[in-house]
Amino acid sequence: MTSQPILEVSGLTMDFGGIRALNALDLDVASGEIVALIGPNGAGKTTFFNCITGIYTPTEGNVWLTPPGGKRVSLNGLKPNKVTERGLARTFQNIRLFPKMTVLENVMIGRHCRTKAFILGAIFRDPRTRREEQDILETSYAMLEKVGLGEHCDEFAENLSYGAQRRLEIARALATEPLLLLLDEPAAGMNPQETIELEGLIKKISREGQAILLIEHDMKLVMSLSDRIFVMDYGRKIAQGTPREIRENPAVIKAYLGEEVDA
Amino acid sequence: MAVFQELKKGALISLWFVFLTFPVMVIKVDPIARTVTWRWMNALYMAIGTFIIYTLVQFFIKRRGRSKPSTVQKEAGSSVIHRLLDNPRRRAMLFVALAAAAIAFPQLLSAYQTNVMTTALMYVVLGLGLNIVVGLAGLLDLGFVAFYAVGAYTYALLNHHYGLGFWTILPLGGLLAACFGILLGFPVLRLRGDYLAIVTLGFGEIIRLVLENWGEFSKGPSGISNIARPSLFGMELDLHGSIVFNYYLMVLFVIFTIFVVNRLQNSRLGRAWIALREDEIACQAMGIDKHRTKLVAFSLGAFWAGLMGVVFAGKTTFVNPASFTFMESAIILAIVVLGGMGSIVGVILGALILILMPEYLRGLSQYRMLAFGAILVCMMIFRPQGLIANIRRTYVYKKTHNDAQAS
Repeated sequence: MTSQPILEVSGLTMDFGGIRALNALDLDVASGEIVALIGPNGAGKTTFFNCITGIYTPTEGNVWLTPPGGKRVSLNGLKPNKVTERGLARTFQNIRLFPKMTVLENVMIGRHCRTKAFILGAIFRDPRTRREEQDILETSYAMLEKVGLGEHCDEFAENLSYGAQRRLEIARALATEPLLLLLDEPAAGMNPQETIELEGLIKKISREGQAILLIEHDMKLVMSLSDRIFVMDYGRKIAQGTPREIRENPAVIKAYLGEEVDA
Repeated sequence: MAVFQELKKGALISLWFVFLTFPVMVIKVDPIARTVTWRWMNALYMAIGTFIIYTLVQFFIKRRGRSKPSTVQKEAGSSVIHRLLDNPRRRAMLFVALAAAAIAFPQLLSAYQTNVMTTALMYVVLGLGLNIVVGLAGLLDLGFVAFYAVGAYTYALLNHHYGLGFWTILPLGGLLAACFGILLGFPVLRLRGDYLAIVTLGFGEIIRLVLENWGEFSKGPSGISNIARPSLFGMELDLHGSIVFNYYLMVLFVIFTIFVVNRLQNSRLGRAWIALREDEIACQAMGIDKHRTKLVAFSLGAFWAGLMGVVFAGKTTFVNPASFTFMESAIILAIVVLGGMGSIVGVILGALILILMPEYLRGLSQYRMLAFGAILVCMMIFRPQGLIANIRRTYVYKKTHNDAQAS
């Protein structure tokens, strides 16, 4: 599995004033892998996502992305839209859809960075623009089918159920053709049934060769999905390894459950 | 009991109105004859009138509240025009009827009516331009009139100094306004919401004040007169001919603008604008360049304002800074908001109502603006989402999907 690395993060540090939210974090994801990032609330997981996707500018450290068969590129200091263009797409912990756009249009927005038509193309609708538009439609619809929202495509995104909104976010992120998909707590707020469906969906996407990095609190989900797990606490990495190794790691148990009194 | 409460409230409100209007309606002072007339009957009329209006409004609001649960019906009701536009045959008939009316208008009605309609059509285009900025991209621009002024002064100055004609300046005015849009947009579009509104408001005032005070450049408050009217293939037209010509010119402009705005709205760029209005951070995370997209919206909006500025200067043959006050921006914004943000049909209706109404209310003489204000308030009470709410286009995905599989 651990073939060629796609994402490499080294020494990532993020300071907010006097608070060090991330402390010299190293992490890597290889192609086709599902990697989970776990840790107690406030450990800095979402900050980590925001740093590598360009929403925050990290204080120190390097983020590299390697397209298959290509040269690795640095993501340091790029704007979020450029990061997405290079191949990192994300979902949000608190869902951020475009509520007043239809489900299909939400996914079509995901195609934005892979298409080119601009003012003149929009006004004149030349054959190239029309082909592109057709391609956007087809790809977007295929993405919706993949996450099982095909028949909802003309509804407004805000009218979808919670679980469906989460899946729509995933479809939208996939529409950007990412090298690595970042999922920020995809199962948060889902009922058990929805979580099982989500697990199936993530596995399906992964089987198609999509590398995934996810933040998740649902341990059952994390253990069954991940190839490798990174554990964070107070902005540092305290452990990494396979699900089995993590389950027995004393530092992880300590971070989650506190120290035993009689130790 | 509830009825009694309502009546009591109504009585109190009418008393308050009697008090408010007391100096105007009741006391009549004649300084020459040195008499004071007390018209007590007016107070009574005022009380009864207010009471009736209040009761009626309350009644309608109650009834609307009661019928609210059936949202499906409400949606259907609000989209009569959309249903009309959806059916191709009805749409064709509607367009033919509109075109016939538009062509016949100056032939059937007086030059005054034609002139008023020309002005209204100018505001249709201005509204559609601002609609790109406010309705689609969600950028609250209160200084839109600045770009209108740029267009108007471009024509006025170049015509005055170099004698350049309308048709030469028309694209130039638009482009120059778009450039101003970009120039202003660069530093300003980092701001959001209220802050953007304040800065654009300031920009609008700056342009007006510069025009007012930089005498050598713009001739200050006295303005520039004797600007050439638009010519028809090099022919100079007489006054009446020119009024009719301006009208037809504006009709063409409106058609052109609807065409372009409609295409922009349903394109990759239009989707990006709407997404930007909905959620900026998600937008960026989806790979949309926030600044570039906003800048394009801003400068395209300014472009239409510039074009209309040139037309305005050609139509009135006179420009001075007093034509470009904040009031103009406010009216154009009101057109967009009252018509329905993001909706082309809504903006057209909004412009026609807002510009034509004050003209046709002239019969009410001094109560004209009072009636205008009352109608605006009523519109906001009964249709806060605008006359015509925009309905997003649905795509014919299924057909294309099957086609893709078949081929």
